[in-house]
Amino acid sequence: MRVRVNGTEVEVSAGMVVAVAVARAGRLWSRRSVIQEPRGPLCGIGVCYECRVTINGQAHQRGCLVACQEGMEIEADE
Amino acid sequence: MSGTYDVIVVGGGIVGSACAWECARRGLKVLMVEAGIVGGGATAAGMGHLVVMDDSEAQFALTAYSCQLWRELAAELPGSVEHEVCGTLWVAADEWEMGEVERKARYYEERGVAVEVIGGKRLEQLEPNLRAGMAGALRVPGDAVIYPPAATHWMSERAGEAGATVWRGVEVRQILEEGAVELAGGAVVEAFVVVNAAGATAGRLTPGLPVRGRKGHLAITDRYPGFARHQLIELGYLKSAHGEEGDSVAFNIQPRKTGQMLVGSSRQYGAEGGEVEPGILGRMLRRAVAYMPGLRLLNVVRVWTGERAATPDKLPLIGPVPGRSSIWLATGHEGLGITTSLGTARLLGERLVGGDPEIPYKPYDPGRFAWVPVAGQTGAGVGAW
Amino acid sequence: MSRQRRDEAYDVVVVGGGPAGVAAATAAAESGKRVGLIDESPWLGGQIWRGEAERPHSEKARRWLKRLEAAGVTVRVGVSVVGGDGAGWLVAEDRRGAWRIGYEALILATGARDRFLPFPGWTAPHVMGVGGLQTLVKSGWPVAGKRVAIVGSGPLLWALAEGVTAAGGVVVVLAEQASWESVRRFGAGLIRYPAKLVQAIGLRARLAGVPYWCGWWPAVTRSEGDWAVVTVTDGTSRRELKCDLVAFGFGLVPNLELARLLGCGTRDEPGWEGVEVGLDQETGLSGVYAAGEATGVKGAEAALVEGRVAGYAAAGRRAEAEALYGLRDRWRRFGAMLAQAFALRAELKTLADDDTIVCRCEDVTYGRLRTWRTAREAKLMTRCGMGPCQGRVCGAACRFLWSWEPDRVRPPATVARLETLMELGTGGNGG
Repeated sequence: MRVRVNGTEVEVSAGMVVAVAVARAGRLWSRRSVIQEPRGPLCGIGVCYECRVTINGQAHQRGCLVACQEGMEIEADE
Repeated sequence: MSGTYDVIVVGGGIVGSACAWECARRGLKVLMVEAGIVGGGATAAGMGHLVVMDDSEAQFALTAYSCQLWRELAAELPGSVEHEVCGTLWVAADEWEMGEVERKARYYEERGVAVEVIGGKRLEQLEPNLRAGMAGALRVPGDAVIYPPAATHWMSERAGEAGATVWRGVEVRQILEEGAVELAGGAVVEAFVVVNAAGATAGRLTPGLPVRGRKGHLAITDRYPGFARHQLIELGYLKSAHGEEGDSVAFNIQPRKTGQMLVGSSRQYGAEGGEVEPGILGRMLRRAVAYMPGLRLLNVVRVWTGERAATPDKLPLIGPVPGRSSIWLATGHEGLGITTSLGTARLLGERLVGGDPEIPYKPYDPGRFAWVPVAGQTGAGVGAW
Repeated sequence: MSRQRRDEAYDVVVVGGGPAGVAAATAAAESGKRVGLIDESPWLGGQIWRGEAERPHSEKARRWLKRLEAAGVTVRVGVSVVGGDGAGWLVAEDRRGAWRIGYEALILATGARDRFLPFPGWTAPHVMGVGGLQTLVKSGWPVAGKRVAIVGSGPLLWALAEGVTAAGGVVVVLAEQASWESVRRFGAGLIRYPAKLVQAIGLRARLAGVPYWCGWWPAVTRSEGDWAVVTVTDGTSRRELKCDLVAFGFGLVPNLELARLLGCGTRDEPGWEGVEVGLDQETGLSGVYAAGEATGVKGAEAALVEGRVAGYAAAGRRAEAEALYGLRDRWRRFGAMLAQAFALRAELKTLADDDTIVCRCEDVTYGRLRTWRTAREAKLMTRCGMGPCQGRVCGAACRFLWSWEPDRVRPPATVARLETLMELGTGGNGG
């Protein structure tokens, strides 16, 4: 199936989470911190909130906990 | 730990810290004693608004005066205080409330506070996340928001620089008749004047005080910059904030400088303990969602409670306890302590040195109530009136 | 968006779908109870069994997940527990809405998370948690051809090394902060746990090419062009390693937030944190049990046994529960052995400098934090722990660095949509 990360299509398979899709789009990080540092996944289990992205327009979703679905629009900070 | 001071301020919330600073600035030898963390009680639990309110003439006078003092201080506030002049929008849901907006506008204008009447269309542009079809709003552009614990810490440091001594984590067991305090360890510290600024717990130290706790809940979201741009309050706020004896909720949302949305508010008398109560929390949030439907899907990071120090006439107690010239009060600020901390400190400082306050002090004088301070022993708790 | 309330109720509700939760749910369901099993991630298995349902690696995991299914447990994944009253119901949310889940008995199997200790550079995107990278690699995170430095402490470093290697990555170093002597003693002690010994020897053989340095820990990491560089130290000398990724973690800390929110007692001695439970895994709250890493970190075997004990006890099968006490003691001793062997050295308190970020949610540095006396004071004055993780990451670090007790837990137990909190106080349908 396909999802889009900042407009770029990424091929993912069932069982992959959004954080994995972001990595497959060639990005190690997904958000900018309060002081604008780039941040990517840390804990992988929904505890640290570092992998937050906007999913289908909804901000602050944990990329490590959400399974990819066909056509999902994922927005990471630039 | 003993010594003699001119003034001992009991309680290091924003009111106590402002008083300590004010007294030290005037050259008095000051000790401030805080049982926990400076700015860690009701100060930390509050919303942190600097607003002009018109529930009564006296409330207006004190809040407007205090907002003026905050404006004079603004340039000095460090970044941690997160001071932001976002303004307030008093939101009118219908035409009847719009009439109230007009009345309120005249009231503020006549007293020299700049306001602007906003029509429904304009309101939609200013705050697109408000429910469509609102009648309009009153905008008070000078109102602001701060982060109170940081402001309080800053004030206590300024007090220290001005010569005040600050004790943290030291509990006062009782205020003695002759103008002294007894600490939890038994030591007695003396002063000419003891200022009870212990907020909702002030009644424990000054038994019989006409102050009781009024619990509130707040919720704060993750960062959604621009979701709301002004502090938004429903016009019926004063009615629900001040009118009811029972539990009440009102729509009040505040954009923090961080981009977070602080969502309130609730009021409860006689609610025991600091626990979050799901029932009233739910009511409060449903009220907020009725005004801003988009709030539903925002992530809430934290919920907490606090206890306001409420008096029967919703005005603070600033001045000496009737018949006890050595025990003064600076408490009973209910939901306005952040705003009125500076005005309170000025009034108290001016009166202490026998000066002439810039606004009439009588409406806040503790002597306005017919209450008899209970002599001697520490009281059982917050006074019931 | 349709937001129909879908309240549900079970005899036994289990929170957490790792080994303890799976075993607990299975034991209770096999005892005839209606059981609901909730996990926040999209799949069962917890961190250790993540991905087993799709691509089984462990025979044990496969067997348990099959048994769970056969027992007729209702599984709710992608569901966060936000709160509850500790006496009969929880509030849960998923991406579609919020609802209440009622229970007669509740089993908390909330597992553990990596302990992160801040060191210069640790917030860079090339640095990930040991458990985090392990979990994401299992979910297809692209690590093939990547050079990975694994630093920190505990057997999870080995599990990750195996995961990375299996996925085509290269482990450039595995730096364990515990001393050789300590790790060697632990290895010798495995003689009493033959299954573990076989597992360890097998792992060691499969990872024969991986440099294993004991008594080394990370000092700093930085980016250098397309590479990452991590500097490790043994206290006297330093070595730099070029890599693509750095994975680190200093053991595990239990997830206690929900237990504390509901009012269960917790043990707080550093290194032994966990929910207080009695012989049958029941907490101080009647009808609320805890099992697995949540009662103190001691490994998957202990978690499985504790889960079974809790599941049987919650189902009223006292004899079955008691029959497992001996086995449980054995694996708890193994846990104690682990804790002793991989105890954290004091030098780790000196890794951060004043510019090192400690609270990643609010970007609060070590220099701004070290002058305060309590977690609450630091929180109010610096915002440390005020962000969405609510101190789950920085709390364990601050505790290690300054012995700060965590601030009190208030609802929501985890970040929740505002509409979910509207539901907290409403009973029945349609609220």
